[in-house]
This record gives sequence, structure tokens and C-alpha cells, in this order.
Amino acid sequence: MDVQAASLIGAGLAAIGAGMAAIGVGNVFGSFLESALRNPAAADGQQGRLFIGFAAAELLGLLSFLIAILLYLKAA
Amino acid sequence: MADQGKVDPMHQFEVQKMFDMFHVGNHEVAFTTSAMWMVIAGLLLWVFMIGGMKRQLVPGRWQVAVEGFTGFISGMMNANIGPEGRKYTPYVFSLFMFILMLNVIGLMPFGLFGLHPFTVTSHFAITGFLAILSFSIVLIVGFWRHGLHFFSLFVPHGTPWWLLWLIPAIELVSFLVRPFSLALRLFVAMTAGHVLMKVFASFIIDGIAAGPAVGLGVGIPSMALMVGISGLELLVAGIQAYVFALLTSLYLNDAINLH
Repeated sequence: MDVQAASLIGAGLAAIGAGMAAIGVGNVFGSFLESALRNPAAADGQQGRLFIGFAAAELLGLLSFLIAILLYLKAA
Repeated sequence: MADQGKVDPMHQFEVQKMFDMFHVGNHEVAFTTSAMWMVIAGLLLWVFMIGGMKRQLVPGRWQVAVEGFTGFISGMMNANIGPEGRKYTPYVFSLFMFILMLNVIGLMPFGLFGLHPFTVTSHFAITGFLAILSFSIVLIVGFWRHGLHFFSLFVPHGTPWWLLWLIPAIELVSFLVRPFSLALRLFVAMTAGHVLMKVFASFIIDGIAAGPAVGLGVGIPSMALMVGISGLELLVAGIQAYVFALLTSLYLNDAINLH
């Protein structure tokens, strides 16, 4: 297998991480909604923590996207 | 690979020179499209803030819009840092508004009027500089207020003594990674969104080039998706500006109150 093909396969594999981060982001917001509906009075105070969790989950997905783009542009 | 596609999705991120300014040593410093959009964003922000700072007892619509933004950020600073955070509200507010304005301007369809739309925040140099600015303020404030006691940040309360060799190392790495994560998040989120839009746009162009049947079959769903993604990108533009400001305020909280 030549380097170009390996880079493209690697880019595709790295893109799986972006999808996994989508699960993570969905989990963050899903869990928040679930507990916010149980105790709506406390929900507004937790909005900052919600976005911290979102940012942490999203960053990892963006990192894998970055790796995918770097590998793709290297092969292209 | 590049010769297959007719549309190059990375072309939009090219910085073009508008006119020369001066030289620093062998480095050319020119006024670029990036600088132009930053100036435009600054001017728009200035007009927006001037128009809303009337201090009327019964505020008009414009004043309500401005007060909504200022109240949002000062509320966030109050919740995350406490009364000590009031001093740093102007910095976080400017950061938030500047990033928000750049993100939103980059999404506007200026191409319809023949202009070259450009998202300044899709460049690592810009977001990296903003992140280093935030990080150095955190460092300066931390060392200024606490002196060498600032290093106790790396030993959280309740650390068992037999983990003292490991926890500070992990905390140090997670502290040093902060500016990179701050800059990368904004930069990659904006870049990814714009690449996605251009890829869908190239589907339409390539579909039309392949014939009317393919053009309609591919073009209409792509167009519908692009409308939805544009809305999503507007949301992302707001969220990324908010997350940048929120994380800056949290890092400032670490420096002011230790933990």
C-alpha cells in the first residue's frame, strides 16, 4: 500500500472520531434535558456547566476532524 | 485529487494582500483581507455600542439589545468568578463581541454583492493570538495576586499524599494545554463549518454540470441541507463565541480564587 492510499484510509478512520464526538455531545445535552425536566428550577444555574461539558466533548471531535483534514490534504 | 473536483473548498481561507504597508526586517507587513474584515467588525461593534449607550430610563430597542449583551456577560462573570470578576468583565465582553461579530460576518452572503467573504476566526494565527492573550492575562493575574502560591493550583484540595507525584504533573499538562484547546476549538469549528458549506455547494455545481436530471436530483436536497446547515452554523458561531468567553472566565476564576 502506498503512502497516499494509507493517508486517505487514515483520514477516513480519523473521521470516525467526529461521529463519536457527536454521540458525546448528544449525551451531554440529553442528560442535561433529562435532569432539567425533573428539576426545572435548578436548570438555569447549570447552564455554564452544560456548555463546559459540551465544549470538552466537542473539542475531541474537532481534533479528530483536524487530523482527518491534515491527512486528507497531505494525500490530495 | 485536486484535479477531480472543480471547487476547491479550502480556497475561501486564502488571505489576500490588499496593499503594502511597511517592512519589519525581511518580513513584509501588508494590509490583508483578514485585517480588512477585522477593521469592519471593529467599526460595526463601535457603531452598535455607541447607538445603545444612551442611558435612557425607558430604553429603546437598540439600547435593550446592547444591554442584553452586557447583562449576559456580566451575569456570566458574576456567576463564575463572583464580585472580584467585575474588573475583568470589559475584557471578556470585548472578546465575546469581537469573536461573535467576526463569526457572524463570515457567514453573511457578501458573495452576492461581489465581495470576498472571509471568516477571520477560521485562522489559527488569529484564534491562537486571542487564546494567548487570555492565557497571559490568567498568568499575570494569578502570579500578581498570589505570587508563588499560584502553583497550589496544581495540587487540588483533597489530593491523597501517595498521589502527590502524579496529580501535579497531570494538572500542569492540563493547564498548559488550555491556550491550544481554546484556540483550536474556535478555529476548527469555524473552518469545519465553512468547508462543509462549500462541499455541499460544490455538489450543486458539479451536479448541474453533469446534466439537468442529476442537477435537480442532487441540487435540491443539497440546497435544502445547506439552508439547514446555515442555521446550524449561525448557532455554532454564537456558541463558540460564548464558549470562548465562558472558558476565559473560568480560567480567570482559577487565577483569582485558586481552587
